[in-house]
Amino acid sequence: MAQLSSTLLYAAFITYLIGTLFFAMSLSDKKEKVASYSKRWGRIGYITSIVGFALQLGYFFTRWAASGHAPVSNLFEFTTFFGMMMVFAFIILYGIYKTNALGVFAMPIALLVIAYAGMFPKDISPLIPALKSDWLKIHVTTAALGEGILAISFAAGLIYLIGTVKQEKSTRETKWLEGVLYCLLCVLGFIILSVTFKSAGYEAVYSFTGKNGNELEAVYQLPVISAPADSAEVQGGFGPLFEAPAWMKGENAAVKLNTMIWSLLSGGILYGLLRLILRKRLAAAIQPKLRNINPELLDEISYRSVAIGFPVFTLGALIFAMIWAHEAWNRYWGWDPKEVWALITFLFYAAYLHLRLSRGWHGTKSAWLCVLGFVIIMFNLIAVNLVVAGLHSYA
Amino acid sequence: MEKTIICECGHHNPPGTLICQSCGKPFADAKENMEASMRYEGTARRSQTYNRTAVDKIWNFFSSVKVGIWIIVVILVAAAIGTIFPQEMYIPQNVDPASHYESEYGNLGKIYFLLGFHNLYGSWWFIVLLGMLALSIIVASIDRGVPLYKSLKRQKVIRHDQFLKHQRLFAQDVKGDLGTMKIALKEQNYKIREENGSLFAEKGRFSRWGPYVNHVGLVIFLAGAMLRFFPGMYVEEVLWLREGDTAAIPGTLSEDGQYYLKNEKFILEFYDKNDEQFKDALQNTSNPVPKNFQTNAVLYKSDSNGTIGAGEIKKVKEGKIQVNKPLKFDSFSLYQTDFKMDELNAMSFSLVEKESQKKVGAFEVDLINPKKKYDLGNGYSVNLGKYYPNYFLEDGEPKTKNNVPDNPAFVFEMISPESTKKEKAFVAIKNNIEMEGNRYKVEFAGIKTKNLTALTVRKDHTLPIVSLGGIIFMIGVVQGLYWNHRRIWIKEKEGGLWIAAHTNKNWFGIKKDLQKLSDKTGIVMPEDRTAAKTA
Ligand code: HEM
Repeated sequence: MAQLSSTLLYAAFITYLIGTLFFAMSLSDKKEKVASYSKRWGRIGYITSIVGFALQLGYFFTRWAASGHAPVSNLFEFTTFFGMMMVFAFIILYGIYKTNALGVFAMPIALLVIAYAGMFPKDISPLIPALKSDWLKIHVTTAALGEGILAISFAAGLIYLIGTVKQEKSTRETKWLEGVLYCLLCVLGFIILSVTFKSAGYEAVYSFTGKNGNELEAVYQLPVISAPADSAEVQGGFGPLFEAPAWMKGENAAVKLNTMIWSLLSGGILYGLLRLILRKRLAAAIQPKLRNINPELLDEISYRSVAIGFPVFTLGALIFAMIWAHEAWNRYWGWDPKEVWALITFLFYAAYLHLRLSRGWHGTKSAWLCVLGFVIIMFNLIAVNLVVAGLHSYA
Repeated sequence: MEKTIICECGHHNPPGTLICQSCGKPFADAKENMEASMRYEGTARRSQTYNRTAVDKIWNFFSSVKVGIWIIVVILVAAAIGTIFPQEMYIPQNVDPASHYESEYGNLGKIYFLLGFHNLYGSWWFIVLLGMLALSIIVASIDRGVPLYKSLKRQKVIRHDQFLKHQRLFAQDVKGDLGTMKIALKEQNYKIREENGSLFAEKGRFSRWGPYVNHVGLVIFLAGAMLRFFPGMYVEEVLWLREGDTAAIPGTLSEDGQYYLKNEKFILEFYDKNDEQFKDALQNTSNPVPKNFQTNAVLYKSDSNGTIGAGEIKKVKEGKIQVNKPLKFDSFSLYQTDFKMDELNAMSFSLVEKESQKKVGAFEVDLINPKKKYDLGNGYSVNLGKYYPNYFLEDGEPKTKNNVPDNPAFVFEMISPESTKKEKAFVAIKNNIEMEGNRYKVEFAGIKTKNLTALTVRKDHTLPIVSLGGIIFMIGVVQGLYWNHRRIWIKEKEGGLWIAAHTNKNWFGIKKDLQKLSDKTGIVMPEDRTAAKTA
């Protein structure tokens, strides 16, 4: 069962990839003759995405059967599920608006999320008592759905920005936009490196003394740039180039710093290569492909995603979370970092809605807010787990 | 000086009105910005009209959405700051926060502590911010909600030409038949009113109340959360209970009695490392993974007239308390929160004659309620002179940290038939101090341990209020965000029909409605002026 489950996940991943290519083929930068082939490829892309989604549902339920609990209980499972909810949200919104460009951006972002999930340990793990609750399942799945829908507002906002930000000369806006694309490339770079070194079986180990005086080991899956402070190499190859500063005391701080450095480097290399090949800003290179989009419509899609996603997010990430917390931790609110960041996300989108409604923040401003909103969601998803440990620290 | 605005139709509008409340004629600059003016139907809002007294100024301040957004953003940033370092409630209980933040997080930690950020969410200024949020929501909602309600209620079918002309979706001199349009609009679930050859179609008006409903929910929620600070609304106590013990449950004394709880057994289970299902994950971790924390408990209640501790106690029910499965009774819940395995409970000793190594007797000291005197028979006995449950040395003096028998130490007085004086011995774990010339010694023989469970007793009368607020909030957001208010005005003019349409949001949706109307009746699609401008 577990084997079947992971096969289905691979199949879903490949199918999404193919779906993305179909969507890409539907874009045309020519003014004339848009309708026919664009529509056709868009349809094929959409159907492919739905097939991929069905496959991933297959993964989800077979894994559920194998583990006996809903597969949303560790970082791998949750992040994969989040990717799946993004695809689901995309399927709904494409159903309403039939905008092919949305597929070209939303699907790759979902792919990145799912691939990134694959970097976490994939073992089927048992549930600790605090996680044994139906409310937890309901909370986590609904929250992920809400975040998935909100992520579509990011995709639509990004298309809006790439399509409309003036690219004649370098401005603050073009720089920020390149920054966003660079961040996406960093995730891609990290995934490529991880997969490469994992398949080569690379591992380096350093031993060091933790802050409580206990002996700890840092295990690296990527070549070591930053070793823990005052550590000794137990098993290694390349490096280290330097030792992490001593104030980074967390058990895995040096490994995380190492991963961070590699991500930024590989993202930089990818970005540099693309710039060399294209000989212009990435956004400037994509812009002509988006000539046929209707910015007004994308603005509407991104707002609509927030309008649909905000209540779902509130219900899942705050209300169901409170019910679960009430059952498990005997209080509905405890100011745990993960909770607080869910509240921050909620407040942020509340501010977005008010800015839009009462202060007329449409178009570019609204799109930038959607980008920022996605950054906050990803921060809560990844950074709060990895950096700020809370009650929710699954791993 | 504010004056009533008299429209050409003769209607007297209150000062501040943007669109005549009777005929719909837009005044002055309302035409230029019709979409914005339509938000509250061009009504006069208190905050836009008066600005003289202090009350006016405060009212206007809090009714401003700009201010509201700033309040939200400040709360957001404060909340984020609170996650930089752990809050006080998440640092170890037994350390001094002042030094903890500095030693763990250096100078930044020290500043964090000095600014009071270690207890940010309970700080007075954070509570004040929440209060300002609530106030702002209330004021802003009344300021807009009341005039909006009145205005939508008395909408007229026929609107002023200028009103139609300046709508975002508008078409002039359309050829078409009102009758077929009426049917087509009815099919799309529009409510239709007619007057003198003009037609007004409307749907989803209730969605306009969504923000007001959700704001009411929010305010109820915030009020409920604040009620917690009032005595009696909220009880939270921790009850530590050894296996086999019965104790009064703190906070549960009332006129009709007192609840007691017995801890029959505390159970801690771990996953089996060789578990088929989870083998891979379990063999990758060094620590065993817990599977279950459980207290088997019996609940008792004293009869109503019994004084505390006295009186008869009757069994109410038995139950398992697990994480995620509290035991509930009356308005209370008991949660499994903590435990302590194998706490020392009793120690047994032998009295030994040193020279012959002969045991002359044995006794057991209950570490929770020790007896003073232990008679060993044959004239031998031991007195417990001093008892330090959690012993440590301070300036050469034995002391105890607390009453928890984590590191017990004793001063025994040994009495034998032949001895004239009491022999004293100090006995502690791995640390016996013998007096010179003692004939007897106390030898450690064994221990008994017990498990403890910690249960949190909770009563929260704010829960119904908070839940109500949450439910109302959800209804409100869904109402306001999943539906929208769509209106179509059709007016008969000499050259043909004038058609105008407005929605508070989702222009894509209303355009689809108009497209359907156009497909059914053959009228031309009204033009979207905003889209035309940007394209
Ligand atoms: C965290 C707090 C708040 C939440 C979650 C919240 C939520 C909402 C939502 C969901 C809407 C509907 C938005 C839309 O339809 O696009 C709304 C509208 C509105 N909110 Fe809030 N709100 C909050 C605080 C405030 C505050 C502090 C003010 C004070 C100025 C305010 C004033 C308004 C106004 C004026 C509207 C528009 C009402 C209308 O369309 O007639 N809100 N709010």
